[in-house]
Amino acid sequence: MATPQIKKTEQAGGFIYLPLIAGWLVPGAGHFLLRKWGRGALLAVSVLGMFSIGLAMQGKLYAGAHDILDMLGLAGDLGNGLLYFIARAGGWGADQVTVTTGDYGTRFIVVAGLLNVISAVDAHNLRTGRKS
Amino acid sequence: MFHPDHFSAVVLFALFASVVFGITQRETPPKMFRYGAYCFVIFVGSVIVLSWVMKFIGG
Repeated sequence: MATPQIKKTEQAGGFIYLPLIAGWLVPGAGHFLLRKWGRGALLAVSVLGMFSIGLAMQGKLYAGAHDILDMLGLAGDLGNGLLYFIARAGGWGADQVTVTTGDYGTRFIVVAGLLNVISAVDAHNLRTGRKS
Repeated sequence: MFHPDHFSAVVLFALFASVVFGITQRETPPKMFRYGAYCFVIFVGSVIVLSWVMKFIGG
């Protein structure tokens, strides 16, 4: 017998992966789709804030994978979704890290992407009823 | 451009990461707040402790 939470999820209908994909592309969007306004806003501010501060600190956006560390950095950057592609298209971020804070900035951008992935997965868990 | 010192960068990093951890790893708002605060204290506390350890190791 289905629990009330699972019944509620089944009744919701629609594409089950939409919050996951929306949450990855735009920080907080997955939670907004599920009407979790407060959580979505806090997640969006955190991810956007970390990404912007990373860029302001002259952090590097990984463009290609020449070795394993670059590959991991690129994977982390891609977690930012549209933010990454917009930043690449706009030519934002440094090509080479020339100042100490640029190194911190590069980590901020990678971690913003990883936190965005965690947020998107959380939206998916809310959508499937695994979390309330 | 923004050039914070190391400690300010740590505090900013801890703040943003703690907010996301709190929201995603707990179910109710009071538990989210407590877990977020716990993560923040652990992030910043470990940096302070490890900084002193490195100072003593480095002489």
